[in-house]
Amino acid sequence: MDPIQTLVKDLADIHGRKRENLLPIMQGVVEKEHYLSELSMIEIAREMDIPAADVYGTATFYSFLETKSTGKYTIRVCKTITCAMKGKNQVLFAIQDMLKIKLGETTPDHQFTLLETNCLGWCHKAPAMLINDEVYTELTPEKVREILSEYMKQNGNNGYH
Amino acid sequence: MANSHQLKRVDFIFRNENDWEKVLSNTIKKTPRDLINELISSELKGRGGAGFPTGLKWKLTSEAESDEKYVICNADEGEPGTFKDREILSRVPYKVFTAMAICGYITGAREGFIYLRGEYKFLKEELEKVIDEFDYYCREIKLDFKIKVFMGSGAYICGEETALMESMEGKRGEPRNKPPFPTQAGYQGKPTVINNVETLVHTFTIFKYGAKKFYDLGVQYSRGTKLFSVSGDTPKPGIYELELGMSLQDFVYEFGDGDTKAVQVGGASGFLVPRKKFKDAAIGFKGKLTGISLPTGGSMMLFNSSRSMFNVLDNYLEFFREESCGQCTPCRVGCQQLLLGIKAVKRGDKPAAYLDKLLRLTETMQYTAKCGLGQSVANSFSSIVENFREEMIY
Repeated sequence: MDPIQTLVKDLADIHGRKRENLLPIMQGVVEKEHYLSELSMIEIAREMDIPAADVYGTATFYSFLETKSTGKYTIRVCKTITCAMKGKNQVLFAIQDMLKIKLGETTPDHQFTLLETNCLGWCHKAPAMLINDEVYTELTPEKVREILSEYMKQNGNNGYH
Repeated sequence: MANSHQLKRVDFIFRNENDWEKVLSNTIKKTPRDLINELISSELKGRGGAGFPTGLKWKLTSEAESDEKYVICNADEGEPGTFKDREILSRVPYKVFTAMAICGYITGAREGFIYLRGEYKFLKEELEKVIDEFDYYCREIKLDFKIKVFMGSGAYICGEETALMESMEGKRGEPRNKPPFPTQAGYQGKPTVINNVETLVHTFTIFKYGAKKFYDLGVQYSRGTKLFSVSGDTPKPGIYELELGMSLQDFVYEFGDGDTKAVQVGGASGFLVPRKKFKDAAIGFKGKLTGISLPTGGSMMLFNSSRSMFNVLDNYLEFFREESCGQCTPCRVGCQQLLLGIKAVKRGDKPAAYLDKLLRLTETMQYTAKCGLGQSVANSFSSIVENFREEMIY
């Protein structure tokens, strides 16, 4: 069996095959695959016996259920008011400069995807960002460079040019 | 009186209470009817922002006839400037679970869910550990109630109660028409109590210490305490539990940086209050308080004179444009047009009088949008445009 097929089947075994189990299953696929590919959405539809359009329609509603290929780490920088006031742009510039990608792009080695997101709920420690599920707060350009270097070191990456 | 009210710090919510087992087992010895009356007499109103009387909500659900009922804790905290619910769930989760179980006992629900926003996924594992402990105790006292965590996936609108239920049912998080209300037909069409995280913790306090203790705090129509999430231009951002009914003047005196130009009360869907109105504004639910009373889910964002109110409004509108579910036209198109509109005025492509047209558009949205999101855009839009008109134009 295709690994996606196996993954979807395993998730359906854990969560169930009713409509209310759709979100947990999609979240499970995103956790492993980082995004919902066309293939995985068709597989989910088949496994749950619902139209693929329903799966796609539901997936595209939620900003954390990506339907386009993303890197291993998705960086989501908060852009809502307090973070915007407390230097979100400088943090964003530092990330773009370091990863050599623009907002919405993925590094060529598929390690990092850079996105903005709405209020993360860390306004008292702004600016904030998520890297996958990990929260980072009170960011400065220096701090964010350190954080990203750590991630890159773990993956044997010496930097982007 | 609101004007002379000083800020009163209170410590109920985060107080470490090691006796939740006792509170739970003692409470369920009383009859559901007595407990509902206790809750009603406390005059607790929902702490998510809308302020619906909690006792009444539980009463309606307990009276609804159905084999299946549900209790949902709304932890989809997404309003800009709000971060108290996360703190509650990480510091005193057992109070939330105890309150949910008591609610289950009163209403006849045997299943409870915590709808946790995707942004707070890091809390899930710890919460599930505490739930395991909690389940064990429920079995011990033979209370048939189970709690599960349901994860959201990044959608502000899912904080709206019926959108949240759609989302739990595996669908797009699009709000439903009301009525029927969740107390009659909620999750899976069954009677459902859905409460904000903080509301549930207040019920824990009420069941432990009695309604009077809670009722004696705050002011008329706005009883008890409230958690405030304070951010923006303030030397001490953070979470504070305060008695309701304080004047905004006192609040700014305590939390301002000496140069506070305006305060946004209730997040992007709330109201912006300019400096000259601080002394007339009180924080609480609508009632007979003198001056303006401002309800809030607890978001208090301070802006000092270095901030452009145009940028603030621009940021809010971009937020609403992205988070509008797109289901109803007034909200979907309205949010887009408001954003385009203020930019056009700022560039000089449209005359200043165009702002009045946009104000009328927000009024239309207030009357015709399907849910609170589209309806409340008018709050921040009109309060910013009316009070800082020059900043929108020049």
